[in-house]
Amino acid sequence: MAKYLLLKHYRGAPAPVNNIPMDQWTPEEISAHMQYMHDFAARLEKTGEFVDGQALAPEGTWVRYDGEGRPPVTDGPFAETKDLIAGWMVIDVDSHERAVELAGELSAAPGAGGKPIHEWLEVRPFLAAPPTITE
Amino acid sequence: MTAQVSPLNEALLRSLTPSVLGILVRRGADFAAAEDAVQDALVEAVRVWPADPPRDAKGWLVTVAWRRFLDARRADAARRRREDLFDEEPAPGPVPAADDTLQLYFLCAHPSLTPASAVALTLRAVGGLTTRQIAEAYLVPEATMAQRISRAKRTVAGVGVSPARAKPRARGRFDRPGDVATVLRVLYLVFNEGYSGDVDLAGEAIRLTRQLAAVIDHPEVAGLLALMLLHHARRAARTAPDGSLVPLAEQDRGRWDTESIAEGIGILRAALARDRLGEFQAQAAIAALHADAPTAEETDWVQIVEWYDELVRLTDSPVVRLNRAVAVGEADGPRAGLAALASLDASLPRHDAVAAYLHERDGDTATAARLYVEAAHKASNLAERDHLTRRAARLNARRSR
Repeated sequence: MAKYLLLKHYRGAPAPVNNIPMDQWTPEEISAHMQYMHDFAARLEKTGEFVDGQALAPEGTWVRYDGEGRPPVTDGPFAETKDLIAGWMVIDVDSHERAVELAGELSAAPGAGGKPIHEWLEVRPFLAAPPTITE
Repeated sequence: MTAQVSPLNEALLRSLTPSVLGILVRRGADFAAAEDAVQDALVEAVRVWPADPPRDAKGWLVTVAWRRFLDARRADAARRRREDLFDEEPAPGPVPAADDTLQLYFLCAHPSLTPASAVALTLRAVGGLTTRQIAEAYLVPEATMAQRISRAKRTVAGVGVSPARAKPRARGRFDRPGDVATVLRVLYLVFNEGYSGDVDLAGEAIRLTRQLAAVIDHPEVAGLLALMLLHHARRAARTAPDGSLVPLAEQDRGRWDTESIAEGIGILRAALARDRLGEFQAQAAIAALHADAPTAEETDWVQIVEWYDELVRLTDSPVVRLNRAVAVGEADGPRAGLAALASLDASLPRHDAVAAYLHERDGDTATAARLYVEAAHKASNLAERDHLTRRAARLNARRSR
């Protein structure tokens, strides 16, 4: 088993095929989308592949150390200069192929007109602990 | 706990926690060690009771917890070669449990604790939840919650001792009078937590507030209990089958829990009659006026605005002023609501959502839709974000038709 992070971006990913913002959908289309996401996570829990999923607020702040006895420096948000993560799902699957397959399904969530959004998702493998047997 | 213990047994078990803990502390155990011992006894009860239920549940818990405490103390003493706490085992005797329970609430909500620590310690030491249950309820690893609780116990170790009584035998006694307001804030936090897991935090907060109301006669304790009951009564109607939020005006009032409402209103009336108004009673009064309206249209908004005026006077909170603007919008029309909103800081949480709603009521759907999108962008939870996005979508769909 290997863990993968499926990353969804507010900004920074290539534009999806069905690129209409959610506030322009009908309420029924929003419901259908929510149901799809919910069912997807529920199905992965049943197959034993779901680990975690969280959504992030779009607002964020950059912070860094500014030396002894000084408060940290904060800056940003840097609009339009950086990709912006919207949320993630962590899955634990048998292969990279399976991770890609699931990301593909997630990307097919319905949007405006009930058609798949074709949203670009980023699939990132976790760096795991070293195996016990190495030779 | 586990499926093996019936709900009735678990409720009984948990309700006995504070008095069992109180007995151990009165026998001379320090709070932290006694609390660990009681937790061990609770876990043991869950294991043993289903097959072998005790005749005297409380006596059983006291015996097992005391034995655990002595075992731990002996192990400790053997390790440290130090026996400064006990001369002999004191005899068990009849006890004023109510007073101990109250002191326990004060200790667990002690002002030296952070809110998160006070919440965790209250749920464990007063509520009798296991560390694992509390961890699951707050979506953190069990080890993290265990650390949070033991740090909290270290923080409060010794705060219950007045200097004159700081002799070894008195260590950990709950002697210092506490602050009811601090306890109420902790219980309010537990109730208001949005997470939902196997443990029903809102239900647990009601149980703990009810228990507190039984041991202290205080109008604000009654006010908080009434507030919780009145909000809890609407729970089934608050979400649609797909999990989306249903706003108050659109809720199916037939699904409100009338028993809970009647109880909340009764408790509130008795509290208000004592003429010592506080913020929880005022909030409960607003909830009661909503609960009293057979339909959303029949809501007595004029009276609600008056209660908000009281709340502003009591708290001077900008969040209260924001909610007051909504009530003014209903009582005197959306323009009046927008005027009330104009004097408030636009960076307040939910300011955009309130503005969007008032503009929608005023018929300006374009502005309302734009503001709903802004509000969704700033929402602090998913259900609210989805709800606000839906409001925007509904207005946009109507406009494009």
